[in-house]
Amino acid sequence: MFTYTILILLLPFLSFLLLGLFGNKLSHKLAGLIGTFSLGVVFLLSCYTAYEYFVTVGRGASGVYEAFVPYNITWLPLGSLHFDMGILLDPISVIMLIVISTVSFMVHIYSFGYMHGERGFQRYYAFLSLFTMSMLGLVVATNIFQMYLFWELVGVSSYLLIGFYYTQKAAIAASKKAFIVTRFADMFFLIGILIFGYYTGSFSFSFVNELKLADGVAAFIPADASRAMAAGSFILPTALTLMFIGGAGKSAMFPLHIWLPDAMEGPTPVSALIHAATMVVAGVYQVARMFPMWIEYAPQAMSIIVWVGVLTAFYAAAVAMAQSDIKRVLAFSTISQIAFMMVALGVCLPGHETVLDNHAQLGYMAGMFHLFTHAMFKACLFLGAGCIIHAVHSNEMREMGGLRKYMPVTHFTFLFSCLAISGIPPFSGFFSKDEIITACFQYSPVVGWVMTGIAAMTAFYMFRLYYGIFWGTENKEAHAHHTPHEAPWTMTIPLIFLTFITMTCGWIVNFGSFISASGLDYPIHLDTKIAITSTVIAVVSICIATYIYKGEKQPVADKLQAAMPRLHQWAYKRFYLDEVYQYITHRIIFKHISKPIAWFDRHIIDGFFNFLAWGTHELGFQIRGFQSGAIQKYAFIFLLGALILMLIMIL
Amino acid sequence: MNFLSIFVAVPLLMLLGLWLVKGQNGIRAVMVAGSTILLIAAAVLTVMFLQERAVNDAEMLFTASFDWIKPLHIKYSVGVDGISVAMLLLSAVIVFTGTFVSWDMNKEYFLWFTLLSAGVFGFFISIDMFTMFMFYEVALIPMYLLIGVWGTGKKEYAAMKLTLMLMGGSAFLMCGIFGIFYGAGGETMNIVDIANQTNGAHAIPVEVQHIWFPLTFAGFGVLGALFPFHTWSPDGHASAPTAVSMLHAGVLMKLGGYGCFRIAMYLMPQGAQDLGWIFLILTGISVVYGAFSACVQTDLKYINAYSSVSHCGLVLFGILMVNQVAATGAVIQMLSHGLTTALFFALIGMIYGRTHTRDIREMSGLMRIMPFLAVCYVIAGLANLGLPGFSGFVAEMTIFVGAFEHADTFHRFLTIAGCTSIVITAVYILRLVGKVLYGTATNEHHLHLTDARWEERFAVICLIFCIAALGTAPLWVSNMIGTGVAPIVDHISSFATNASFNPFF
Repeated sequence: MFTYTILILLLPFLSFLLLGLFGNKLSHKLAGLIGTFSLGVVFLLSCYTAYEYFVTVGRGASGVYEAFVPYNITWLPLGSLHFDMGILLDPISVIMLIVISTVSFMVHIYSFGYMHGERGFQRYYAFLSLFTMSMLGLVVATNIFQMYLFWELVGVSSYLLIGFYYTQKAAIAASKKAFIVTRFADMFFLIGILIFGYYTGSFSFSFVNELKLADGVAAFIPADASRAMAAGSFILPTALTLMFIGGAGKSAMFPLHIWLPDAMEGPTPVSALIHAATMVVAGVYQVARMFPMWIEYAPQAMSIIVWVGVLTAFYAAAVAMAQSDIKRVLAFSTISQIAFMMVALGVCLPGHETVLDNHAQLGYMAGMFHLFTHAMFKACLFLGAGCIIHAVHSNEMREMGGLRKYMPVTHFTFLFSCLAISGIPPFSGFFSKDEIITACFQYSPVVGWVMTGIAAMTAFYMFRLYYGIFWGTENKEAHAHHTPHEAPWTMTIPLIFLTFITMTCGWIVNFGSFISASGLDYPIHLDTKIAITSTVIAVVSICIATYIYKGEKQPVADKLQAAMPRLHQWAYKRFYLDEVYQYITHRIIFKHISKPIAWFDRHIIDGFFNFLAWGTHELGFQIRGFQSGAIQKYAFIFLLGALILMLIMIL
Repeated sequence: MNFLSIFVAVPLLMLLGLWLVKGQNGIRAVMVAGSTILLIAAAVLTVMFLQERAVNDAEMLFTASFDWIKPLHIKYSVGVDGISVAMLLLSAVIVFTGTFVSWDMNKEYFLWFTLLSAGVFGFFISIDMFTMFMFYEVALIPMYLLIGVWGTGKKEYAAMKLTLMLMGGSAFLMCGIFGIFYGAGGETMNIVDIANQTNGAHAIPVEVQHIWFPLTFAGFGVLGALFPFHTWSPDGHASAPTAVSMLHAGVLMKLGGYGCFRIAMYLMPQGAQDLGWIFLILTGISVVYGAFSACVQTDLKYINAYSSVSHCGLVLFGILMVNQVAATGAVIQMLSHGLTTALFFALIGMIYGRTHTRDIREMSGLMRIMPFLAVCYVIAGLANLGLPGFSGFVAEMTIFVGAFEHADTFHRFLTIAGCTSIVITAVYILRLVGKVLYGTATNEHHLHLTDARWEERFAVICLIFCIAALGTAPLWVSNMIGTGVAPIVDHISSFATNASFNPFF
């Protein structure tokens, strides 16, 4: 069963090898075709896997989708533990397969147009394949260590792709920053894994899932009793929190988010694939993967997830309101939306009767649902932004304005995606966001209202962006010089496809029938009160944004900016967090740790050995006079010695 | 004649051949033929070892012994276990690729180079302490001339420093070896025999072990770049010619870790259990300290030398954890570090040969100028920072998982400190890559430089292939090393720590 799923990993890998090793011998077109074709097959296979998993095989006797492990081999033995590599199919991994392969396939097609004629086209496709392989490997991991392995690989593919334009200083700095910040977080992930493995005696997810099947019966049987005691009370929450820090680094949670806005230096399709739809949600996926552990052993620690999420969502939304680079706005919006997913996972409450309870843990389903919908509309927004940048050759909003006349397809797909992210029915974002807010209200009204407020901010800044690009003040001078044009069909088709998914996936299928906390079928029902409230708030925000930003002249916006210059400046500068980090890394680590250590090494330790050598040399120099070869001197010393000896004997 | 002696005989024949032939092509022919034979021999040995291991569970396989200096009980004894086979394979690969890297060197250089490799191979096949020590010295002496004559920069100073420090280490070592010999009754120099003597708890009295263990460990530790005895490494590597750096960092530094494990810890288990904590702290310092130092260096070779301090620290760190997993990881780390550093030094040598500078502030944008070398450099960097798919990841993860077996605060703290090195490594590697390879070329003299020649490409590809193979399919190597590590670790851990010597226990 599902033996063909190995191809989902192998095809992109082979395409990476082929393009990586022989890319420069292939023409651009052929290289692109190889990459795209292999991804097309992966896309079809993923769809088929999902169909077979959810429909043909369907629910097992206990009413849940059973997990399948078509492959699992020991990759590296580690004493009593072992590092396995395999494929695990369960509802969340299958849904992730769909998300990744869909977006990746669209990005492959899109890049044909976007990267046309770029130097390093083959390299670009090779890295895309590498990334896709790693990301797919991450989601089908059968154990936490395999996840970590692919986690590192997606990190490096992200590094390579952000630094794709490696001759530009900004791209080099951004890629370095992204890698080091996420690596710093990964260190905590690794320590978490080590603790987890040691105390539970396994890295495998299978017992995480057993818990799900066993309905709260203690399926968690550690190696020995003392470890079990330690594991239950304190150790396991620690391990999970450390893993969450790793996830927070990848998913750009405050205060580890600083790399994501800079990562926009990479080509735009890369931002769409890696920094909006797939890699940055790896942290969310990781928390979802460990969710049974969290809810059973560390329910208190989950409040960390909630508050980190709320803070991030608010911070990112606030910053997004003041940015002028369209990709930065989208980046901060991504941070904010991922924080929504994190909050959704965090606000799950322990079940009433069983450990896993669909109602108390509505957030689990909501978070994964939002992950799915967000991946589609955010990828669409980024790809749309790519078309715009392609047309006007700039990221800055002031170069744009009034583009709706020139680029109708981009305009409408962008508009629909904006409506989706703002939570307007019947677009997909409405459904998923609504579930999140319902879950938040269950947890605490404070969180519920705060999240509603942030949703309103989202609607506002997205429409500020939308009007800034397509309406507002047109930069006629620049446009006369170089008339913007609609993107080629390779670029518009992915937009249309993603918009189609965004418009339909919210109401056509019931997401709760695929993923729910307990695995049982969970019919989604909209909480009317919350749905109406949040929709009204979103519409009001959009109206305000329309009022402020739609016109040719924007007196209100200018006045607001003039009224609060300090606040605008702070938000524009992202509250100076980057400067703080810059200070920490350069001043403290380089100047006050590394430099002194290097100095200490060269001067004290090496100096000591040089001193030893010098001392020996000097000593030799001083006493070499004794070996002069002059007989008289020898005789004299001999006599002197004999005399002294006699003196000692006599006395 | 036991066939393990091929590993010593072939280099000796190569010396003869080098002496006889004339012309650069003759030298090349001898070197390529010899190193190919060595590589094939190592591969054949591996296969034979794996087959024999399946049916024979003696600790050392293919043993042979000949009396050498009878009154002193010194024998020429050879034998291999999983660890030495891995090391022989590593040495063969490095010697093979080193030959191609030093393609244009003259006859005298190759004579010393070959003598050095004879010493290295001899060291790994010996199981007699004295013979081992002799080969150790054979490997050290040529280094002085190779650096002093064919080196660059402050080569006389560096050669002198390196030789004196390593000789100082050998002095400790020699005392240690005789201490062990007489402590164990003065009847045999054979490592396995000493370890398995069963008069009482262990043949060597505990007090004696407490004296000789630190000395022997420090003696080998000098070569393994143990803090604070590592300072020869930056200067020595920086001045050494390319292939010598490769061989030195790739293989010779492994002699240190191998010796610490095989002689210091295995033969004096009680000493290791009681006093190992001192060295564990030092290795913990090495790991973090080396990485931090590397962050601010400006010479490519210095960066790599400090990186070696950090990674070799991890080797000793792994073996001092005294458990199966961590020690296996340590041996994998020896392989991994050997290959990765050799690759690094090879590439640095090739870049230096073109740009005539190793200062990272004077280079930029090499990616456009010499794409092949630059791409390989990025690969080497990623392998060095422990990217999955390359050997470093396997080694580091094995060491960390093993180190975590110790649940006390002392070991936990050190392990977590060790884990921080993976972040710092990323910092200095990416800083370097960003500065030297990316960007646009600022120095117009660099614009006309050429990319790698075929022999350079071949050497680099061989090394990358080995690193990737070890990183993607580590199972068999890990199992093979595990069979070698198991008896040693079992032996050491059958002795309990005496808490009065260990403040952290």
